[in-house]
Amino acid sequence: MKKLMLGNEAIARGAYEAGVRFVSSYPGTPSTEITEFCSTYPEMLCEWAPNEKVAVETAFGASMAGARAMSCMKHVGLNVAADPLYTAAYTGVNGGLVLFVADDPFMHSSQNEQDTRMIARAAHVPVLEPADSQECKDFTRKAFELSEKYDTPFILRLTTRLAHQRSPVEVAERVDVPVKPYEKNVMKYVMMPGMARKRHVYVEEREARMEQDAASLGLNRVKMRGKALGVVCAGVVYQFVREALPEASVLKLGLSYPLDRQAVRDFAAQVDKLVVIEELEGILEQEIAAMGIPVEGKKYTGRQGELSVQRIREAFGGEKAPQEPALPARPPVLCPGCPHRATFHVLKKLKLHVFGDIGCYTLCALPPVDSLESALCMGASIGMTVGAEKAQGRDFARHSVAVLGDSTFVHSGITGLVNAVYDRSNITVVILDNRITGMTGHQQNPATGFDIYNQPAPQLNLEKLCESIGAHVVVQNPMEMDRLEAVLKEELNRDGVSVVIARYPCALLDKRRRTPAKVLGCRNCGACMRLGCPAIERTDKGVTINAALCNGCGLCVGMCAFGAITCGGDQQ
Amino acid sequence: MKKDIIIVGVGGQGILLTSKILGYLALKMGDDVKVSEVHGMSQRGGSVITHVRIGENVASPLVTPGEADLVISFEWLEALRAEFYLKPQGAVIANTRRMLPMPVIMGKAEYPERQITGRPVYALDAQKIAEDCGSVRAVNIVLLGVMSLLTDWPAEAFEEAIAANVKPATLETNLKAFRAGREAGRK
Repeated sequence: MKKLMLGNEAIARGAYEAGVRFVSSYPGTPSTEITEFCSTYPEMLCEWAPNEKVAVETAFGASMAGARAMSCMKHVGLNVAADPLYTAAYTGVNGGLVLFVADDPFMHSSQNEQDTRMIARAAHVPVLEPADSQECKDFTRKAFELSEKYDTPFILRLTTRLAHQRSPVEVAERVDVPVKPYEKNVMKYVMMPGMARKRHVYVEEREARMEQDAASLGLNRVKMRGKALGVVCAGVVYQFVREALPEASVLKLGLSYPLDRQAVRDFAAQVDKLVVIEELEGILEQEIAAMGIPVEGKKYTGRQGELSVQRIREAFGGEKAPQEPALPARPPVLCPGCPHRATFHVLKKLKLHVFGDIGCYTLCALPPVDSLESALCMGASIGMTVGAEKAQGRDFARHSVAVLGDSTFVHSGITGLVNAVYDRSNITVVILDNRITGMTGHQQNPATGFDIYNQPAPQLNLEKLCESIGAHVVVQNPMEMDRLEAVLKEELNRDGVSVVIARYPCALLDKRRRTPAKVLGCRNCGACMRLGCPAIERTDKGVTINAALCNGCGLCVGMCAFGAITCGGDQQ
Repeated sequence: MKKDIIIVGVGGQGILLTSKILGYLALKMGDDVKVSEVHGMSQRGGSVITHVRIGENVASPLVTPGEADLVISFEWLEALRAEFYLKPQGAVIANTRRMLPMPVIMGKAEYPERQITGRPVYALDAQKIAEDCGSVRAVNIVLLGVMSLLTDWPAEAFEEAIAANVKPATLETNLKAFRAGREAGRK
């Protein structure tokens, strides 16, 4: 019987069926659920690694030692894991090794629109691109087989609209793939120059062999319809093309790299006009153009955002679809009760330059909190604050702060802190320790004391870690805003590196049922509105609390100079 | 059955569960189906949109603007925002409750005072109905109850799909909410 599965769920199923034994990942939208679904199969041991580099290295170790293994990440996570990937392409694998990388065209939840197919080509790692949940599952199985057959890691590339769509899947049984014996093989796994030069020759041979075999792998297919237009496409874009251009003949690439150039030549010969429809970069278009075949692509679709049926239709002269009306936007906001609200309220009050990072708190760049001034990549806040002091001097540093979450700090903030101490910086770092990886939907990390199965795990002690690096460390509950303000003032004026750990659990984790706040005798001064809490609403008559949204955190009580807001505490 | 459905609301209102139930049901009834969801950043109280496409052979996971048969909205402003997805006689099922977005809360924008006309509209205070059934969380199932009137699928199939997708402890409340939604939709 068919089952409706999220693309990410189907990949986990495919991994299970393929006999995968080990999964190491770092969460990142839209890839996170793959690893979460994997963890529901006892046959696959899963873990959240501190970052994608460690995840891929760990999965690689399992592969080298004979087990089928995988790692899942979002597109920017592959940048972090690029170092092991580029050389794993030389060494090849023992047990099958596949990286599941999810791109995010239109940046629903990302800081850039980079195209994983570029990195795959740079690293010479083959790419599979499924187009629905069934293919997510089937291609996953295939990827592990091919990884072993061609002795290379594989990338299975997803996009948001594939990862987060549900469609029917026919499931199958798990195949038993025993762990292969470990064999010492210095020529294959020690990439010193002498060995690497030989392996580089192998990489090129392998790629040529895969291209030659491409037709027999059954991953690419041609559907001939009209002769006037032939479209080359892959992934979820294939689904858009089917609907937008029903008359067009289609070459659908399941193996999008290496490109089966013979298949392209044959297809091009059968159509009057050849077009590549691809999201983001014009990679296939350029490769086909380099073959000397007349082809178009990006002139129709551009490089930005997601494609869709209407975008393709309109690009090819179809009727324009209706547009979304201009109405008040509803941007995402920090949840009621979120401890970041308290921290950022204090940072704003102190008029600090906030070098921010990647997490829910990136939302603090928006009004009414609007006190975050940068968000570049995971862990960048610390290095950037150090660099800003180098440029602007000590006094600027007294008015600056690096802010990042617990998980982001562990991911790639630690080395930044080491540098800050080592290069004699005078900076203040605030670690928003809400005891969870929040934005991606509550994953455990080394600082939470629990593993992916929510079992107790050795807990990283953030304060001891920061102290041992050489920072002055203060732990403070951010919900006590006055205390936090005093601590920050002191630390900003301290020479050297200070770390303030603002520790309070994520509001969504706090299961206490608390009485919502009440307003009596409001003078409508608007002071409480500065918190930017979605549960506080204001009319001409004064402020009201939306009891359905309020979580009773009590932050607004301290904001009111007239004592008009009260909050009752815990409800039992 | 062939139906393109857009489900909209505010992050945290239980929209994903609704689309999951609909997808499950479509498959049970022998149709092809694709559901497209938004996870991550957009769930923090922002606008959320889910596409449900039911038919014989569904390709795109996204509904094309101007072609939807139905918009189900958990909040009034979001219904107005999603109306452009509908084809000329496409219907709207909308919770009339308002949730003020941050620009309105801050006084930077005004909540639109607008009705939807020229098409079938089922506007109801689904929150009140859900509360009367025992849980404010059941707004989604109330709206699903109204929606069930616009399909040729039997109510029993809906109830079975609800049972298969909600926590057992909430089943009774949800079934009550579903029936109350059907009742309200008939009025």
